[in-house]
Amino acid sequence: MAATEPIVEMENISIEFPGVKALQDVNFRLFPGEVHTLMGENGAGKSTLIKALTGVYKIDSGSIKVAGGPRRFTGTADAQSAGISTVYQEVNLCDNLTVGENVMLGHEVHGRMGINWRKTNLAAHDALVRLGLGGLDPKAPLSSISLALQQLVAISRAMVTNSKVLILDEPTSSLDANEVEGLFAVIRRLRDEGVAILFVSHFLDQVYAISDRLTVLRNGEFVGEHMTQDLSRGQLISMMIGKDVDTLNSLGSNRGRAVHAVGAPYYSATNLGRQGSIEPVDIDVHAGEVVGLAGLLGSGRTELGRLIYGADRPDSGDVTIDGVATEVHSPVAALARKIAFSTENRRDEGIIGDLTVRENLILAVQARRGWARPLSRREQNEICTKYLVELNVRPADPERAIRNLSGGNQQKVLLGRWLATNPELLILDEPTRGIDVGAKAEIQETIAALAEDGMSVVFISSELEEVVRLSERIIVLKDHRKIGEITNGPLVTAETIVDIIASEGSSE
Amino acid sequence: MTTTQIDKPASSALLSRLKPNLETLPTLAAVAIFIGMLIYGEIAYGRIMQFSTISNLLINNAYLIILAVGLTFVILTGGIDLSVGAVIAISSLVGVMLANAGWNPIVVIVLMILIGSTFGLASGVLIQYFNVQPFIATLAMMFLARGLAAILSTTPQRLEDDSPIRTLSTEWKVYDGPKINDLVTTPNVLIAAVVVIVAFFLLHRTRFGRTVYAIGGSEQSALLMGLPVVRTKLLIYVISGSLAGLAAVVYTSKLGIAQNITGVGWELDAIAAVIIGGTLLTGGAGFVLGSVIGALVLGLMNVLVTRDGGIPPEATTIITGGILLAFVLLQRVVVSRKRKT
Amino acid sequence: MSAPVSRQPSAVQFVTRLFHQPYVWAIVALILLLVINLTKNPGYLGVSVNPATGNLSGNVIDILRASAPIMMIAVGMTLVIATRGIDLSVGSVMAVAGAVSMEFMNNAGTGSFGTAAIAVILALGISAVLGTLNGILVSIVGLQPFITTLVMMLAGRGLAKVITSGQNTSATNESFRWLANGTVLGFPVVFVIAVVIVAVLAALVRRTALGLMIESIGINPKAARMAGIRPVGILISVYIVSAVLAGVAGIFSTASVMTVEVAKTGMTAEMDAILAVVIGGTSLAGGKFSLTGSIIGALLIATLDKTIVYMSIPSSATPAFKAIVIVVICLLQSPRVRALFNQRKATTTSTRKEAVSA
Repeated sequence: MAATEPIVEMENISIEFPGVKALQDVNFRLFPGEVHTLMGENGAGKSTLIKALTGVYKIDSGSIKVAGGPRRFTGTADAQSAGISTVYQEVNLCDNLTVGENVMLGHEVHGRMGINWRKTNLAAHDALVRLGLGGLDPKAPLSSISLALQQLVAISRAMVTNSKVLILDEPTSSLDANEVEGLFAVIRRLRDEGVAILFVSHFLDQVYAISDRLTVLRNGEFVGEHMTQDLSRGQLISMMIGKDVDTLNSLGSNRGRAVHAVGAPYYSATNLGRQGSIEPVDIDVHAGEVVGLAGLLGSGRTELGRLIYGADRPDSGDVTIDGVATEVHSPVAALARKIAFSTENRRDEGIIGDLTVRENLILAVQARRGWARPLSRREQNEICTKYLVELNVRPADPERAIRNLSGGNQQKVLLGRWLATNPELLILDEPTRGIDVGAKAEIQETIAALAEDGMSVVFISSELEEVVRLSERIIVLKDHRKIGEITNGPLVTAETIVDIIASEGSSE
Repeated sequence: MTTTQIDKPASSALLSRLKPNLETLPTLAAVAIFIGMLIYGEIAYGRIMQFSTISNLLINNAYLIILAVGLTFVILTGGIDLSVGAVIAISSLVGVMLANAGWNPIVVIVLMILIGSTFGLASGVLIQYFNVQPFIATLAMMFLARGLAAILSTTPQRLEDDSPIRTLSTEWKVYDGPKINDLVTTPNVLIAAVVVIVAFFLLHRTRFGRTVYAIGGSEQSALLMGLPVVRTKLLIYVISGSLAGLAAVVYTSKLGIAQNITGVGWELDAIAAVIIGGTLLTGGAGFVLGSVIGALVLGLMNVLVTRDGGIPPEATTIITGGILLAFVLLQRVVVSRKRKT
Repeated sequence: MSAPVSRQPSAVQFVTRLFHQPYVWAIVALILLLVINLTKNPGYLGVSVNPATGNLSGNVIDILRASAPIMMIAVGMTLVIATRGIDLSVGSVMAVAGAVSMEFMNNAGTGSFGTAAIAVILALGISAVLGTLNGILVSIVGLQPFITTLVMMLAGRGLAKVITSGQNTSATNESFRWLANGTVLGFPVVFVIAVVIVAVLAALVRRTALGLMIESIGINPKAARMAGIRPVGILISVYIVSAVLAGVAGIFSTASVMTVEVAKTGMTAEMDAILAVVIGGTSLAGGKFSLTGSIIGALLIATLDKTIVYMSIPSSATPAFKAIVIVVICLLQSPRVRALFNQRKATTTSTRKEAVSA
């Protein structure tokens, strides 16, 4: 904050991927000696902006200035040589090498007989000492130290190259509280040395603990730049999740707040958990009930959904379905018990891109029947006709390859795939993300109608308004555990959930 | 993780002493197997642990050591080169034919190596610039090399006995033992030794070598760290090809015969030597010296099979394959154990 | 495939659909090869009927006969590659199957039909065992397919040599020999058997949901698992199918000479299989596969082999030609080259679209 000239200045940056505006007229500036946080939900464009800066993505319009002069980098290596280093969430080091080797890779000290390992390790030690990591043995294998320390090693490496700008892309997502403190100590030390630090995170507490200034992005657009101290948590959250949902609100909620949560639940799990993924959680879902899982990115909302479906194998918990004790530890088992799960990761875990819409639609039904009992062409066409019409998929051409459909229509086809299995319990992870408002409203209507017909639904979304609108009960998650459960009612709003999340954090 | 780490440096130093054990386990296993085979051979058949047998082991397997060194580079990056056996066939055929046609032996030797480099470069370009899977690219090169060799000749070509190339297999008596038990070496063995030393230096004492290991650990990370990944990967296939060419020189000088079917299945021997020697098939960890041990284990196995007489020599590829599979499985166990800690 | 509504005359539709098939170029190449042969010998395509036996003979019939074993391994390889795998061991399995049957018939002494039948069963049985081994190592143990089948490729050849004690082994059995040299309705038995096997297999994968599941696993294994498909059984099955078909191919190619040449039978067959698959338009990256394409690929290879002999190029040089073809196809499939083509195509398709809408 001492400096008045920004070291990085990005103006009106736009990037377009086929069919998606990833960034639209985004501004960003970074001063030496400050920690500047880039905030936003999944898909807001945080990573895209970083990749635009380091030249991994080409920008379609806008300008990038570094230290006053216009620059266009060709990639990470190029940016690095200009003093801009990036440390990623999934540590970009080689865990088959030692700590010292990782710090010095590409900068080893040479002697007469090639690399002089003694001097190289000494240099690595010096770099580690600079960050207060003098206790770390450069000869220790990287795999022997914790992820938190690996992150610090990655920062040491960035400092060996004398970086003026350090980008930390979600460095804290897998660290515990103490480890985060250690990281922050290092960040402060570097900031005081005059390094400009770009910090990406979605953890509110951390942002308030470390950053001097923040820029908020939403849906690829610039929302605002503020000094951290001038902004309350509530203000920040509403900036992140946005109020542009008026269109959806005008649709109103399709169902009354009927309380179904009486009698025995259809699905009930106690202590359902998996180490390193989510701490044991109790969850009940009644027939005809929509249970929302609310929480910020990384809260464990997706992990819980995957555990219920058996996509990840739970290592604790008792599950009862319709009163019968059972175990669900694979998708095959889940489908047999009439549980369906629509993933948030549409491209990698959802669609089978080269197959047609028809083949994608019938896949889960067919998988449950086994290979030897193929659906007849007539049955397939019936499924196609039913769901293409019911879900309003466009174009309604069953023989088109699914990868040629828009995101919203792919999502509808996937929803159709699961509905075709006649599930009793449907888990929907971010079914409305990254699709246009019209399709979003249609999917929401469908979900409400399904519950009305008696289906149990677990609904996961990063848009709290959406969760509030659809759910009867809401389970609030934070830091991989359940921090609360509320019954929805007229007085419950997105703010209520925000307050629960915010207050839970500050009490710690 | 639950224990309080009061003394961090001490615990990590302790870890660093324990960890390499897990990493070097396969190599140590190979050394143990080698020694075990020596002892077993000595007890069962006799005349194993003596100078002449050891000398012959080195002389007969010099080519395999060279091949294994080349493949060590490739496998360390997580790649594979299936073309080495076929490259030996074409390289040695060309070499013998040119030498017999009266070409200068030095030029011939250089050409033989360059033929290997060319095939390696072609594989590297296919893999690096055209996203062809390494095994497909090098398989294509394998068939190409074999096919071209067959066009040249399908009958064995004999290198003239007075060809200067054959001097590479002159036997030098280093130590005159009792009776025929002499310690003998040939220029070929020295060539192999130099190759091993240079490879060791390259891998452990140069940035190129560290990049090889980094790529094997995580190519993505290596790219993000700003290391010259593309250049390095091209180079390792060129090295593998060139060393296959050099192995052809060594082999031809020793045997004096080249044929289009020379070296069928040697890619398996070389891969097996590398894997037995402790290099991870998935890349990132391993030692060039381990590969030398691996090659010697295979060589000694051949000696023992011959001495035994009960095992049909045809079965050696089955045994080699079995050993290779066993070691790949061992690696999986070690790696998954490592993940857990 | 049958579109309910046809808007165009069916002949035009047929041709346009044909031109959208990836193997259209294979057909063009096949025709081109035949034309080359025709220019050298205008009577090349002539088929004569032996009035006494009713057997057909001629170059075309020879090509059909030679294509039978290639078809077998190509079809098996297609399924393996569709799951993102590879089977390098088909050539060696051919040798093992040939060795088992020859060794058995040689020792049995009798040339009866029963002996031949047992020989076939034994050969296919051991092939299935080798395939199961491949499948288990790939699917349950999780080894890379190429290293698993590479070991099997070299160990399998060793096994064939051990079975025959390293000797080229011959046997006499007319029933067995009939497989390769006999005819059914004038056509070579091997070709007829191959067509029947392919038809059965095609029905099995396309009339059940197997094909869909194989493609799903090959295109996106994670999504396939999430949709409730179990990959292990399918993976083991395709490796077994590949090995058994290689066993059939081994029987075909040894029956014609009633000798197994342990060092030569099935040598470089894996390349023929891979080549037929890529020629047929199935990507080496897995996913969508075309059995028809692979069969056309097999026919093309058989024709190519024969043409090379016809042009008096040494037959041992054919691997070089085939390797070059594989490299060229891999280049054409690579993202770099595709991007280059797409740039050019983009302009032409946009104009075409305008024409349609107009």
